[in-house]
Amino acid sequence: MKKLESSFKNMVISLTLISVMVAALLALVYNVTKEPISLAEKQKQEKAIKDVTPDFNNNPTDEKFEVEIQNGDKLTVFPAKKEGQLVGIAVETNTTKGFNGTIKIMVGFDIDGVIINYSVLKHAETPGLGAKMQEWFSNTSKPNQSVINRKWTNDMKVKKDGGDVDAITAATISSRAFMDALNRAYQAYQKVIENDSQTPKSEDE
Amino acid sequence: MSKNLNILTNGILKENPVLVLLLGMCPTLGTTTSAFNGFGMGVATMFVLVCSNLVISLLKNIIPDKVRIPAFIVIIASFVTVVEMIMQAYMPPLYESLGLFIPLIVVNCIVLARAESFASKNSPLASILDGVGMGVGFTFALTLLGCVREFLGTGRIFNQTVFPEDYGLLTFVLAPGAFIVLGFLIVIVNKLKTTKN
Repeated sequence: MKKLESSFKNMVISLTLISVMVAALLALVYNVTKEPISLAEKQKQEKAIKDVTPDFNNNPTDEKFEVEIQNGDKLTVFPAKKEGQLVGIAVETNTTKGFNGTIKIMVGFDIDGVIINYSVLKHAETPGLGAKMQEWFSNTSKPNQSVINRKWTNDMKVKKDGGDVDAITAATISSRAFMDALNRAYQAYQKVIENDSQTPKSEDE
Repeated sequence: MSKNLNILTNGILKENPVLVLLLGMCPTLGTTTSAFNGFGMGVATMFVLVCSNLVISLLKNIIPDKVRIPAFIVIIASFVTVVEMIMQAYMPPLYESLGLFIPLIVVNCIVLARAESFASKNSPLASILDGVGMGVGFTFALTLLGCVREFLGTGRIFNQTVFPEDYGLLTFVLAPGAFIVLGFLIVIVNKLKTTKN
């Protein structure tokens, strides 16, 4: 077959055909991968909740609710209950103060506001630097940089901001963003605990 | 047959995209912070290269010359999106660590360069071989670069600890380290090439 010449008609037809073909291919792959993608995300969420909360036997994803921490600014909270009793909560927190895009973190508090663990769900920080959030702040062998098992205080800031947490080397912005996300999670925690103490506990055991 | 073999090895050795042609520097320097990331990026790029080379070679006669660049880019972009969705579905950890660099494969000049200079002039089979060769060469260079940077920077290779991380030189994980390591790799490759001649 000879090569098509570059007439206006040929160009329009050719580009249109290619675009249609490509769109069909993308639609197909999208449909095939839609299920696995959402499944992978859901599994990740459930695993994250399990990792950051005390032992529970309810289904936190079914009982999730939203808490407003500031005007219109809402975070999702997953309550972890054992025998109907609240034992801790997982907060899906986020911050836009990172180096690159939104950072999403699942943070778990026990009933006294002690951080049990956290799990970074989504981020686009620099690989090898800010991307080390997950390991850095959970390294319990280095108490100056770990946030695990600490009750929230006003000192929960990176050292450059007057706090007592070591920032990730060469990634102060990511570290600040991380602390900001934690701070927001704690605000949600406070709201939840306030509401929880107001409603009388049902003792139906 | 020997012609096909030449096409295949061309991209791996003689015209290695990273070490000889110096194309596709953005993902090369950006994603090779660890051997695994470099390898993943290389394989993703190879997939796009092979698919786009094949399709462009098949369609070369129905694409008029004046619209060839937009046509190539549409094809390449769609395969990149396919890679992105597949990776997100079946390899979430890799998808997360590569992040923004996957969509950026679209603008990786090596992909467009092969489409323009090879696939649009050669048969589908030769184009596939060229894509594989270039892809392997790219993957090899990226993995090597990632290994060296990960080793010097964090004391690990493919996440296996060789020496404690505290003794690592953080520079090598950062962008300057990428340039330094790449420079030395190119020196070594050039040296090998001249001694062979």
